[in-house]
This record gives sequence, C-alpha cells and structure tokens, in this order.
Amino acid sequence: MADEVILLDFWPSMFGMRTRIALEEKNVIFDYREQDLWNKSPILLEMNLVHKKIPVLIHNGKPVCESLIQMEYIDEVWPSKTPLLPSDPYQRAHAKFWGDFIDKKVYGSARLIWGAKGEEHEAGKKEFIEIHKTLESELGDKTYFGGETFGYVDIALIGFYSWFEAYEKFGNFSIEVECPKLIAWTKRCVKRESVAKSLPDSEKITKFVPELKEKLGIK
Amino acid sequence: MNQEEQVKLMGLWGSPFSKRVEMVLKLKGIPYEYIEEDVYGNKSPMLLKYNPIHKKVPVLIHNGRSIAESLVIVEYIEDTWKTSHKILPQDPYERAMARFWAKYVDDKVMLAVRKACWGPESEREKEVKEAYEGLKCLEKELGDKLFFGGDTIGFVDIAADFIGYWIGIFQEASGVTIMTAEEFPTLQRWSEDFVGNNFIKEVLPP
Repeated sequence: MADEVILLDFWPSMFGMRTRIALEEKNVIFDYREQDLWNKSPILLEMNLVHKKIPVLIHNGKPVCESLIQMEYIDEVWPSKTPLLPSDPYQRAHAKFWGDFIDKKVYGSARLIWGAKGEEHEAGKKEFIEIHKTLESELGDKTYFGGETFGYVDIALIGFYSWFEAYEKFGNFSIEVECPKLIAWTKRCVKRESVAKSLPDSEKITKFVPELKEKLGIK
Repeated sequence: MNQEEQVKLMGLWGSPFSKRVEMVLKLKGIPYEYIEEDVYGNKSPMLLKYNPIHKKVPVLIHNGRSIAESLVIVEYIEDTWKTSHKILPQDPYERAMARFWAKYVDDKVMLAVRKACWGPESEREKEVKEAYEGLKCLEKELGDKLFFGGDTIGFVDIAADFIGYWIGIFQEASGVTIMTAEEFPTLQRWSEDFVGNNFIKEVLPP
C-alpha cells in the first residue's frame, strides 16, 4: 500500500519549512496543501484540534503536529534514507537541546524586530543578535551543526533564513556583519535541493510582512 | 568502570523538572549521584560549566558529558539504558503522540497554571481559564487509561508530574483554584495512582 502523506502548511512559516525540508531530504512524495490561517479549513480544525495551527503532517490519515516532533517522526518512519538525527544517544540529545533552544528563543526575538516599536523593538534586535552569536559559536568551524552531515539542527534553523532580509530591513542591521560564519552556513544549506525547494523567496517574505502585521492587528 | 556508573544529576529539590529526571532514573533502576544546586542563590561553577547556555537544572552528567532540558534528558536516558520500564512506546506514531502531549503539558498547561497562580491579578481570570481548558484537554486525553502511557508510567506521565503533585501545593499557597476533584475526576484518580507509585513516591519532595 502506498503511503499517503499530506502537509497542511502556510508558505511563509519557518516551522512548516522544517517539515518540507525533512520530507524532501527523505524523498517522500507529499501533497502540500496551502492553508488560510484567517479562514481555517475543516481539515486543519479536525487534524489539529488542540492548537489549530500549521504545520500538520497527515500520514495515512493520522495527524502529527509540532514541527520538531514531525521531523523525528519522519526520521523514524523513513529510517533508511538520510538520517536527520544521529544514532548516538548523546549526539541525539545534543541535537534536541539545540532544537529546543531555537524553538524557545529565535521566533520571539525575531517577532519583536518586525512587530514591535521603540524599546521592545530594540530589545528584540539585541536578543536576536545574541542568540545568533550563540548559535554561531555552537556551529564553530563545522560544515553543519551536526558536523559533516546536514540534519535536525540545521533544518530547525534554516527556515528563519528566508526571513533574514525582512529582519535586516525592519531592524536596520546586517546579520552577516554580526554573524558571518552563520551566514556562510546558510549559503551552504540553500545549495541543497531540499532547502532550495522548501524556502520561499526572501523578497516575497519582506513584501508580506506589512500584510501580516495588518492581519495580526499590529500597527 | 561500566556504563551504569558515572551518572550525576544536578537538581533542585522542589523542582518538577528536576524530579522528572529522578523519577525516570528510579523507574529504570539506574544508580546516580545527586547534587543539589543553589539555583536561586549562588550558581556553582559546576552548573555554569555543564549548562552554560541556560544555567539551569536539571543537568545530567554521564561519563563527563552533560545534557540539559528535562525532557531531552529523559529521552537520552531512554535511548542509553534500554533496560526495564520503557518510557516511550515503540511505534513511531505513538511516540510522536507522547512527545506532543508532553510538550502540551510544558508549553500550555504548566505555564498557564504558573501564570494563574503567580501572575498579575489583571491577567488572572484569563490565565485560570486557559489553565482550566488545558487540564480539560489532558483529562480527555487520559480517558480510561490507567496512565497516559497506558498500563505503565510513560513519557507524558513524567512530563505531567507537576499536575500529579505540585498543582495542589500551588493552589493552596496562592489561593487560586483551577483543578478540583469534582471537575477533574480522571486527573484526580491519575494523580493518586501516580504519586502512589513506589518509585515516584521515593523522589517526591517532603
């Protein structure tokens, strides 16, 4: 029986991008279904009853929610191709620690850059830079966060790259100046087909931000 | 020295996060050295060395290498000591569901209860409602099962240790009521079974 894989997603979501990349890395054929978050479809409401958010991965009719959990699920269901997580328990824990760090820290500070003003905006920008310097330090001189292999932590972070141009514009700063090694890492990642296919154009995101602010009621 | 030894846990006696790790170590029969950390007072050089990013407990040190974040540590223990008492199911879908509910407890329920009990009064009603709804969701998820993990204590039960033990204390201390036995008979029954387990009982604070 062929696998039926559906992804409910929203094109600018850096979380949805994680799942897209993971599926592409594994060469899994999936049905991408764009969602209107301001007019939620019955399938979204049914498949993510608890949070009503994207991305939702539906595998043979059963939903899996939360992007990092989806990544692990994809890795466990399609284990023979391109492992996303290392097999060594300590390396796995290390990767999950950084995935958790990215989840807890990046979005919040980034949101203040494009979504807030005055002191809050400045605080968000400062925190964003600090967080990325920490990540850059963790990357060190490695090719990818996992070493020579592209994996879980790289996938957890790379979606934000499509938003970097927007952050730079609204924050009036250069991420490359602050974190050159991290930018070099992003350039390596986007050369991968899975990433190139899954990330939208930065320009499209930057143009979208004012519309998003309006939808969210942010002035 | 064999792998079973050289396990150290830096923790805080009253922390549900710290206790999650102790519960799993006990359930799996893994001997460890416990180190109490003065997290709110003077953070030790050892803590700053082994968790430089967050400077928090719990931190597990195994053969000199450290792991932080309670649920990451629990999964590490599960991956490393494949002995008795499995915390996570084998099936990938069931595993994803366990991870989802554990994250729900952490991100939604614990946070809302904390804010409801200790947050600003102006936000209280909203946070109590959110905490109540979160707990109702968990009550529904538990259903007829003995534990969230089925017949035995699993990942979600461990993540929900706060509900099993600390929520009563928080409610008493803050005067805010969110979870009562009448409104939440299933969770009430679960928490009695959970804290009644011999291994869990052993690590709970006095």
